[in-house]
Amino acid sequence: MSRLITRRDFLKKTGVLATAATLPISIVELAFADPTQNFTFAHISDSHVQHIKGNQFVRNWDRGLIRAVAEVNLLNPKPDFVVYGGDLAQLAKKSELDHGAEMMSALNYKTYYVMGEHDYYLDLGEYWSKLFGPHYYSFDHKGVHFIVLNSILTDDEWTYRRWPTAEQRMLEMAGLDNPNGSPFMVGEKQREWLRQDLEKVNKDTPLVVFSHSPLQKIYKGWNFWTDDAEQVQALLTPFKKVTVIYGHVHQIQYNQIGNISFHGVMATAWPWPYPSSYAHAEHYLPKLTVPMNRADPFFERDATGWQFINLANGNVDMHYTLYDNTSRTIAFNKKNGQPEDSSYQAEDERIPPQVHY
Amino acid sequence: MERINKFGLIFLFMTVAGAAATAIADEFSQQDLTRWESEYLSVVKQGRQAFTDPELGSNGVTCAQCHPNAANTHPETYPKFQKQLGRVVPIWEMINWCIRNPLEGKSLEASDPRLVALQAYIYYERRGVKLDPGKH
Repeated sequence: MSRLITRRDFLKKTGVLATAATLPISIVELAFADPTQNFTFAHISDSHVQHIKGNQFVRNWDRGLIRAVAEVNLLNPKPDFVVYGGDLAQLAKKSELDHGAEMMSALNYKTYYVMGEHDYYLDLGEYWSKLFGPHYYSFDHKGVHFIVLNSILTDDEWTYRRWPTAEQRMLEMAGLDNPNGSPFMVGEKQREWLRQDLEKVNKDTPLVVFSHSPLQKIYKGWNFWTDDAEQVQALLTPFKKVTVIYGHVHQIQYNQIGNISFHGVMATAWPWPYPSSYAHAEHYLPKLTVPMNRADPFFERDATGWQFINLANGNVDMHYTLYDNTSRTIAFNKKNGQPEDSSYQAEDERIPPQVHY
Repeated sequence: MERINKFGLIFLFMTVAGAAATAIADEFSQQDLTRWESEYLSVVKQGRQAFTDPELGSNGVTCAQCHPNAANTHPETYPKFQKQLGRVVPIWEMINWCIRNPLEGKSLEASDPRLVALQAYIYYERRGVKLDPGKH
């Protein structure tokens, strides 16, 4: 009961309609000087649909995605579109991508897809492409330029020569903490494409970039990392308002580097620990980030969810819709020039479950 | 009381016999240390294998899927009170809980070598962190 009241209060505060309040949704909001130009979209990510055998899939992961799709369909006001942030599948099997696509087909909105490593390293994205289209592309919507990158590539030796079979290559990359994996990168070819794509864009146009891995360096051991992040950031630096939204990390992360705001998103499948809770990791979790609540394993949807995003004045307000926790909003604070949590940013506002160790 | 005395006698006898047969009981060499460590690390390795083994449960899900490098397992905080179980439990009971639920498998016996190995691995990844039983 107290949770419902909290959510209602949250809704009143943020002006989101009550129907959305009870939903674990991440809404992204872009707001403009003229508020009528503001719009929202939803972002769902990391469902890791996992095939067992025959017609059996891991129930827990299915439920996370089914719930996100159902809730996004109930959003009011309706989002302009949906972005899927990658890792729809667990081992890039056709059965997993097909089953995931089937669940996603229930969405009532145009959906843009981002490639994750779990969708890619079996057939290098071939089947995914048949279902969802090109691996990287851009589009414009209401004065905002959107870019989708495939940031989970790695070097040719690892990709083409190291592993005897495609299945083994996929398994090696699928283990987050597997030392046989390889650092992600956008790569020279795609960076050149990005440079050319951005040549046509006015520097005052707000940019929103979607990638699967963080386009910043947090912890290499789990690929919370993109090896050429600085080179990609350099291409984005000339623009006044830039936001990067990434999946992969299954947790709340946010940061500001120069003109670029960064937001990680929740998974619908399961949460990941913060790298700071691995005693032997050297990591760079942004100081700005107030962590999500520690997951309680007894609630299988705890610390999972999706996001709706309000684009306001070209900046992103990220609303995390959390299935088993109080929802969170990370909004761009104009005065401080960075994304900040609307409730927990100050040290003394944080609650014990946000302490990770 | 009588039983304890009997055991005491047996223990005394074994100690004397042992001392006569080998060297002094509390001396060990670098060779011993090396062997004991390698015994331990070989079980850690088996633990890592079990931790990433899709066959540990029934649905292909592995421990490492949610716990990279065994992070967020907090072995140093056990035994501790788990509100959902309503009592204080050692970590192997929580491991079995995970095997039964997210992995949809069957609990292992406390003495099952796989359960011992899983604990060896989880503790190894958390080495150096101070004990803090009961912590949440």
